[in-house]
Amino acid sequence: MTMFDYGLFRFDSKDDLFDKSIRFWNPDKTRFWQGVGVDLVIDRREGYCLYDMSGRRLIDLHLNGGTYNFGHRHPELVETLKYALDHFDMGNHWFPSVARAALAEALVKSAPGMSYAIFGAGGAEAVEIALKSARYATKRRKIVSIVKGYHGHSGLSVATGDERFSKLFLSDRPDEFVAVPFNDLDAMEAALRGRDVAAVILETIPATYGFPLPREGYLPGCKALCEKYGTMYVADEVQTGLLRTGEMWGWQSYGVQPDIFVTAKGLSGGIYPISAAVVNEKCGGWLHEDGAAHISTSGGAELGCVVALKVLEILQRPEVVTNMRAVTDFFAEGMAEMMRRHGDIFVGMRQKGVVLGLEFDHPEGAVCVSRALYEHGVWAIFSSLDKRVLQFKPGVLLSAALCQEILDRFDAAMPRARALLQQMPKAA
Amino acid sequence: MPETASPPRMQVPDAALERARLKLDAARWAAAKLARLDRAATLKIAEAVAAAGHAKARDYAEQAVRETGYGVVEHKIQKNEACSKGIVERYRDEDFVAPRIDAARKIVELPRPAGVVFALIPVTNPIATVYFKTLLALMTRNAIVLSPHPGAKAVCADAARTLAAAAKAAGAPDGAIQVLEEPSIPVIEAVMADERVDLIVATGGPMVVKAAYRSGNPAYGVGPGNAPVLVDGSGDLAQAAQRIVASKSFDNSILCTNESTVLAVSSIADRLLDALKAAKAHICTPAETAKVRDLLFHEDGFNTAAIGKDAGWIAREAGFAAEGAKILVTPVDLVQPEEKLVREKLCPVLAFARVDGIEQAIAAARSMMRHAGKGHSAAVHSTDERTILAFAAAVPALRVAVNAGCSLGAAGFETDLGPSMTIGTGFAGGSSIGDNLTPRHFLHYARIAYNNAASEVFGNFEGLDPLALPAKSTAPQPQLAALPGGLDDEAVRRELRKIILEELSAVLAA
Repeated sequence: MTMFDYGLFRFDSKDDLFDKSIRFWNPDKTRFWQGVGVDLVIDRREGYCLYDMSGRRLIDLHLNGGTYNFGHRHPELVETLKYALDHFDMGNHWFPSVARAALAEALVKSAPGMSYAIFGAGGAEAVEIALKSARYATKRRKIVSIVKGYHGHSGLSVATGDERFSKLFLSDRPDEFVAVPFNDLDAMEAALRGRDVAAVILETIPATYGFPLPREGYLPGCKALCEKYGTMYVADEVQTGLLRTGEMWGWQSYGVQPDIFVTAKGLSGGIYPISAAVVNEKCGGWLHEDGAAHISTSGGAELGCVVALKVLEILQRPEVVTNMRAVTDFFAEGMAEMMRRHGDIFVGMRQKGVVLGLEFDHPEGAVCVSRALYEHGVWAIFSSLDKRVLQFKPGVLLSAALCQEILDRFDAAMPRARALLQQMPKAA
Repeated sequence: MPETASPPRMQVPDAALERARLKLDAARWAAAKLARLDRAATLKIAEAVAAAGHAKARDYAEQAVRETGYGVVEHKIQKNEACSKGIVERYRDEDFVAPRIDAARKIVELPRPAGVVFALIPVTNPIATVYFKTLLALMTRNAIVLSPHPGAKAVCADAARTLAAAAKAAGAPDGAIQVLEEPSIPVIEAVMADERVDLIVATGGPMVVKAAYRSGNPAYGVGPGNAPVLVDGSGDLAQAAQRIVASKSFDNSILCTNESTVLAVSSIADRLLDALKAAKAHICTPAETAKVRDLLFHEDGFNTAAIGKDAGWIAREAGFAAEGAKILVTPVDLVQPEEKLVREKLCPVLAFARVDGIEQAIAAARSMMRHAGKGHSAAVHSTDERTILAFAAAVPALRVAVNAGCSLGAAGFETDLGPSMTIGTGFAGGSSIGDNLTPRHFLHYARIAYNNAASEVFGNFEGLDPLALPAKSTAPQPQLAALPGGLDDEAVRRELRKIILEELSAVLAA
């Protein structure tokens, strides 16, 4: 039996790890994955590949929602972080800092119409900052989000989302947080008409809902309604920013000017956590009145700032834009061909840039497909809030060779997916 | 940003290297797309690129001379034109795309492009080589990443962008033609060893060529020239002299095929010198020859300041006048490597030696090439087939230009060899190719080979498209519910899906 010795800790076997995970970490989560046939414990990771403790290689199309937009342990980012460690640490959030000022400037300059960048350590914290800033700017309390929207798990952010995540913790606040159906401008207007809403928060394409694309005019329509009723428009760009939908920020590809946008995940390069709420002059007003009103020890840690600066620089290279477009076109054509060949189960597709939702013909279809792909060496996760849809999220730096391999593996996995789907209970 | 004298407080990765790696990925994407083009689309791109290069032949000739200080603008224009439209015209009628069917041998050959070509560009012939290698790559459906010599990086990057824009406008994918804007030795070495490179084509100094072969990737590197020129007097001496002077002065002798040393049979040597003089060569006195030798050869090799300079400049720098001379002829007694003047000289200085006859000419040629130049070029001015044959058979050159200037003759512009900026020097010259580089070197063939038993009948492959799959997929056909009477949402979705699927199938099957 293989020994997994990591110097600082060790496990006798993968089963030993599962046992301890169940005992000390998270019994349900550990068992859940075993239940759906995904016995993944990520060990080594490199580029767009993950290696299970068993040594099995998986191509990562989950990317933790774009955290690994550049792949795992991207060499240039790793090198940057290592060099940064020769000079910086997390820094002291009380004081001005060279790394924070530089990253704030880079973020603001990447986003026309914006004035300040306020840092957090993760997406939920940045959403928290965004909602607080909107409340400050409007002196209103209510927040409107969409049904099946998802913005994180902290106090305010979790209240914007599906009750699956809030009720358990008695954290739903229906009096202050209103959800309206996606792609429904009438419902949006009805929610805003009372002029008591501080912010509308929208993922530019709702990820956890399986990337349903906003209808033509929906996002600009929401923005117009916000203007009409004095509400701030908050774009959650955690999954759609950083070139993943074709432009640096997803709101740019839909022609919407937000009052605040939130970025996280990929900004960290997957190696040092960092997030930001980028705000316009009005929403940044509190930074003049009382800049210490929101503070965060690890928010905007200087090491993270250095990495994020490198991430932004890399994203602005013309070669990266070329690569992203090539990946986009490849999967647009490749998945159309897959749908033609496997149209009995693979029935729909949404795509914006390198964000794809693949729709399968069963309420839990994507769970089966995720498993079949896993068995064929590809890791892509279903959408928690619409299990018909597989989240298919290639990285912007994927190579031509690996893309072709992904498509070949996808093709090979379809008969297995078909067989798994046939075993599933019929839809109600 | 204010200038700082001290180094940065924090080290950062080499962005030029990282960008070079990203270019290789972009090139791989382009190569995958190029490999699916048909012949018409391929030619359309090559023609557009050639036209764009041709239109800028003068601009880039001027820029190249300005940036490098080497060569002659008018001659560079000629080369740039010959290496743009000239190359496409030369190879237009050859098919590097369609399958070749050989019914007699029952073999079908499918051209398989190399993929990503990494091309090193010398400082001596920058634009002509950029054009030449790019067109060879494109005509065979390869993506190319150009790596200019740092001494010519600005003009090469400019030219590469011009060609890339023309290629894109003609339908080439992004990334088909790219250039390293900031080439450095660590970047070039890393790229040469990168697995994303399929083929390195190295033209440049011996260090670069050796590095290419050491990289572990397939490579064509070519060695230096040092061409002996035999004149036996059997032909027209005046014409031979004119050809030699024209060739030796062409672009100030910057082509590696230029004449190094004339080997004149004694009986006609004086008359040849007179003829050279009449063709505007300056014949150096022994004292002048010594001065030229001192100017051109330093302890550690050739004086790079003299590369591509004209005869007047060299004479002035050496300390004498040669007004109006196109080349300097330096008579030498010894044709052995220790006589530095019989080595390669990328400037219009031509060594001149007398030989008793063909045997001594061969020995002299072998001797001078012992130091460098093996596998490269030689020339003969003669009407005697036996002399020509004996010389060619014995000297270690892989091309012998006859009654033509060596610069443009061995390079294939004044002969029917492949017109080339890259001259294969073969096994003797440390190279894996012995030809002038042509499009053929940029592809391999996948071969379909039938059982050679007479009973096995060869198929009819005429007119078939290699990229079209023969039959429909065997996947189960969609089982879609019939539209029920009551139109609920799900039923409408299903019906729409069915229609979309049928249309999609029809479009993709077409």
